[in-house]
Amino acid sequence: MKTKEIVLPGDFIDEREGRKLDTGVYLEGNKVFSKVLGISRVDENEISVIALSGAYIPKVGDKVIGVISEVEISGWSVDINSPYTAFLPFSEAVEEFVDMSRTDLSRYFDIGNIIYCRVSKVTKNKVVQVSMDDMSAKKLYGGITLKVTPTKVPRMIGRGGSMISLIKTKTNCEIIPGQNGVVWIRGEDKTKAIETILTVEKESHTVGLTEKIEGMLA
Amino acid sequence: MRKDDRQPDQLREIKMKLDVVTAANGSAEVRFGNTVALAAAYGPRTLFPRHLQESEACRLRCRYNMAPFSVDERKSPGPDRRSVEISKVIRLSLEPTIFLEDFPRAGIDGFIEIIQADGSTRVTGINALSLALASAGIPMKDLVTACSVGKIDDTLVVDLNGEEDNNSQADMAFAMLTSKNLVTLLQMDGILTKDELMELLNTAKSSCEKIYEMQKSVLKEKYSGE
Repeated sequence: MKTKEIVLPGDFIDEREGRKLDTGVYLEGNKVFSKVLGISRVDENEISVIALSGAYIPKVGDKVIGVISEVEISGWSVDINSPYTAFLPFSEAVEEFVDMSRTDLSRYFDIGNIIYCRVSKVTKNKVVQVSMDDMSAKKLYGGITLKVTPTKVPRMIGRGGSMISLIKTKTNCEIIPGQNGVVWIRGEDKTKAIETILTVEKESHTVGLTEKIEGMLA
Repeated sequence: MRKDDRQPDQLREIKMKLDVVTAANGSAEVRFGNTVALAAAYGPRTLFPRHLQESEACRLRCRYNMAPFSVDERKSPGPDRRSVEISKVIRLSLEPTIFLEDFPRAGIDGFIEIIQADGSTRVTGINALSLALASAGIPMKDLVTACSVGKIDDTLVVDLNGEEDNNSQADMAFAMLTSKNLVTLLQMDGILTKDELMELLNTAKSSCEKIYEMQKSVLKEKYSGE
């Protein structure tokens, strides 16, 4: 198996030379080092390391899959597979006018419900707010969820969504990947879809993965 | 020559293995001769009890524990004065390398279990936990590498085993960020002259470099494909 080049914490990557530093790297003087165990990416504009493991840290704009963990007075607590619990305020979830003093919010979302939402606010101290005010945000009915390493979700989606649409069509499943590493699957051949997704996760750092997955699904 | 046929500056046989605890985010087993340490790292995760949360940084908690069967005479289980202190120095030796400010309010937990003790348990534990943290994907400046050095029968030696440890004139636990050349742990017991101390520090550094290479290769092997 051929793999991409792996860097470890403390490995020297390159001189900075005015380039943008993305995730997984730190600067000492003008030298850029890796923070994590991962795959380095160096081009003329940017230096970054994609971690091969680690927790999901919320970022504004991320589309995530969350599970309602608590119904509160003016909104919901959402478990987003991260060290930080997110809050979904009522106004970000329901469009109609509702008399809050008479309504039990569990009418809309109850504990255990799965939602696809967008991270709308993250403070410096990582207080997180999510919103349903998005084209693709919705409540997810049925299906199952699967947890993968969050940093590997982009590889699972593929360039321009190529990998995910390949899995979708071959297994006849609806698949929604959340950027927090939670994947929601509903449809015919769920077992095959799960198997494929886990293979992509395990071998995301190898070269020629798309061909292998094509072979697996054929 | 030492009792186990080693040269004064020779390490015992070192073995490292990753992913030995499936429930943990990262884990490792490190063997220095007959000393076996198992380490598991969890997190960053929500920190409980809540009052321990810090609004600006993540909190690292470490636990060093010796199994009752790890020594010749049964050790009574649970934390005691010695293991509480060792847990603390292990935490202090790892804290400088971790980017704690990346995860405000969260917590990282590191557990070290000594399965078999034959001297130098804390440094074996540090090596194991450092591997476990890196394998868990926790952002770090560098891997922490540790080794022990000491003086027996007026000879300066490296990596003391249990018997040597009990009969030593001096012993010293040492941990460093090898590629940064920064020392994060230095504990000594016994009597050394200044020259001996300086020489031991140099020996410890060069031994750490050897261990560092092993740590790096075991982490790379994890993803290099079978």
